[in-house]
Amino acid sequence: MKTIFFHMQGYRDLPDDFSSRYESIWITPPNSELCDPAKVSQYMRWNVEELELADELGFDGLGVNEHHQNGYGFCNSPNLVASILARHPSDAAIVVLGNTLPLYNPPIRVAEEFAMIDCLSGGRLVAGFPVGSPPDSIGNYGVPPTQIRPRYYEAHDLIMQAWTRPGPFPFNGEFTKLRYVNPWPQPLQKPHPPVWLAGGGSVETWKFATDNDYTYSYLSFNGHQSAKGMMDSYWDQIEKAGLDDNPYRAGFAQLVVVGATDTEAEKLYLKHIRNFYAKALHVPMHQAAVPGFMTKKSVELALRQGAARGAYKNLIGDPRTASWKDFTETTRMVIGGSPATVAEQLEAAIRNLRIGHLMVVLQIQSMDRELTEYSMRLFADDVLPKIRGIWDREGYQDHWWPQGATRHRAPTKTTATAEMAP
Amino acid sequence: MTASVHTIDVAAGFQPNPVLVKGEGPPLVYLHGLLGQEWDGLLDGLSATRRVHAPAHAGADEPDDLRGISGMHDLILYYDDVLDALGLDRIDLVGHSFGGMVAAEIAAARPDRVRRLVLIDALGLWRDDAPVADYLLVPSDKQAALLLGDPNSDAVRARLALPDDPEQRITQTLRRTTSMASITHFLWPIPERGLSQRLRRIKAPTLVVWGAEDRLVPSVYARDFAGAIASARIEMIAGAGHTPHFPDCRTVLDKVAAFLA
Repeated sequence: MKTIFFHMQGYRDLPDDFSSRYESIWITPPNSELCDPAKVSQYMRWNVEELELADELGFDGLGVNEHHQNGYGFCNSPNLVASILARHPSDAAIVVLGNTLPLYNPPIRVAEEFAMIDCLSGGRLVAGFPVGSPPDSIGNYGVPPTQIRPRYYEAHDLIMQAWTRPGPFPFNGEFTKLRYVNPWPQPLQKPHPPVWLAGGGSVETWKFATDNDYTYSYLSFNGHQSAKGMMDSYWDQIEKAGLDDNPYRAGFAQLVVVGATDTEAEKLYLKHIRNFYAKALHVPMHQAAVPGFMTKKSVELALRQGAARGAYKNLIGDPRTASWKDFTETTRMVIGGSPATVAEQLEAAIRNLRIGHLMVVLQIQSMDRELTEYSMRLFADDVLPKIRGIWDREGYQDHWWPQGATRHRAPTKTTATAEMAP
Repeated sequence: MTASVHTIDVAAGFQPNPVLVKGEGPPLVYLHGLLGQEWDGLLDGLSATRRVHAPAHAGADEPDDLRGISGMHDLILYYDDVLDALGLDRIDLVGHSFGGMVAAEIAAARPDRVRRLVLIDALGLWRDDAPVADYLLVPSDKQAALLLGDPNSDAVRARLALPDDPEQRITQTLRRTTSMASITHFLWPIPERGLSQRLRRIKAPTLVVWGAEDRLVPSVYARDFAGAIASARIEMIAGAGHTPHFPDCRTVLDKVAAFLA
């Protein structure tokens, strides 16, 4: 089991009346009113410190992602932060989940920067290729909805060729035309860094994952209970594609808070959880479901299911008044409590969703540096050792883990067999 | 108030286009706006003296068709093919909103094919001092207000109402989504594709009709169109918004009919 300390890099001090005063956490929250560069200066220091602490504490990987004009994640260039982590000698993976391919123009930039990070880190990079969310691509980067997937597929094709074909060669795409594709360097990992897909549960992305034998992570804030249906459909697609049931084909993001006891966890974290859900999920339908982003087939499927799908569905009612029980028991959006409670629930969730990659979100927006460290240390000391061995006994290997990230490498089945041989 | 549907094959790789057709007389082609293909009072009134053809926008049923149309140039050729498929040579061309933008492009690219041109609250130009509003990433009631008027009025509610039958409801919702997607393909993020450089080529006498209270494309744009087209005049419709022929089409119908006569 691989556990990645995933840092959302959100803005920690948003006003209490944020969701009633502003349209959205994304695209339009006015920067000069809400985003103080002096505060960001402090947050960025904390973010990097927390990521470096996670490295020190023994997490298998350090995760960062990309959003734009967004209050719950203002990291518009995850590669900048990843390169800071890459410089530090370590055996942890650097999981950039990822670079939103349709937003890079020309997308050869992704091939170049990821290769730089891979070289600098000694082959520890995970190359995340998300399609991206409508608010980022349509709202912030002005990509017409109908162009997002065509741009995505073309960028993916260019990057994979750039990484695996000897240059120079010409590339004639619809959106990108390059006479000489010959990036210096190509990645250290061969044939290329592991590619991870990530998203909010669209059928096309699952298909792309199985077509290319990539691993897919479902990124949602709604917790493992509500993810079950979505992940089951992904596993159906894997089965349909005739691939094996290796849990490392799947990943999931989960908000987790750890206290000394269940009671202490509620006391310490409930207000931060309420704050996060009241503000981070404040994304209106007209920004999230834009005509042309989903194919006609997917829209029809969603209409027939008669429900909002995906990451921004509201399960909790008014998060400002929702109780600890609402979050951790009724909806299970958050896993929280003592280390024993958290470990037990996490193991159940991991097995239920059948995931090998857990993106654990321990820094929850308004939590300060000190409280974040407290939760992280409890998790690393008392939870991580209990979940690390999940899937080892079954002998599954993570074929999507970077070659240079050697931390806690599970014993291979062949080694075990060899040891047992006379 | 209905028209018959003449389904035409336009080009390989595209769904057939269900053209609404009614009336007898000289041919008139109407290109619809952001709300998609419909048969309304303006079209019905014009069909009293002309044969009106109202095609759907390319990709309105299946936006994946637009993989074959990467920009305005390809779209103009698509409509050129539509006219050929309808067996039309020279036409009067009326376009509203997005359809007005396309109509102006066609009239500039094929001045020989357009006898008279009517632009109603057309998109296609841009002024930094009066930016065109966003119709896409806005709440549905705001979108309705921008395109039609007071979202709480009976007329707007009736215009946007969905059928009661669940299956028809899905079909209609899906159609609105794909239609909007197919139009947005050409408009997002800024609805300007260099039309101002091409307006000089329009030879057809042109009537520029504008809702004086248009909140999507402010009426100052009427002057920009009229100023750049060789022979154009403006009819400003007092008190009207982006769809000046809704809910009452009488004023616009009279002015357009008189201009085309």
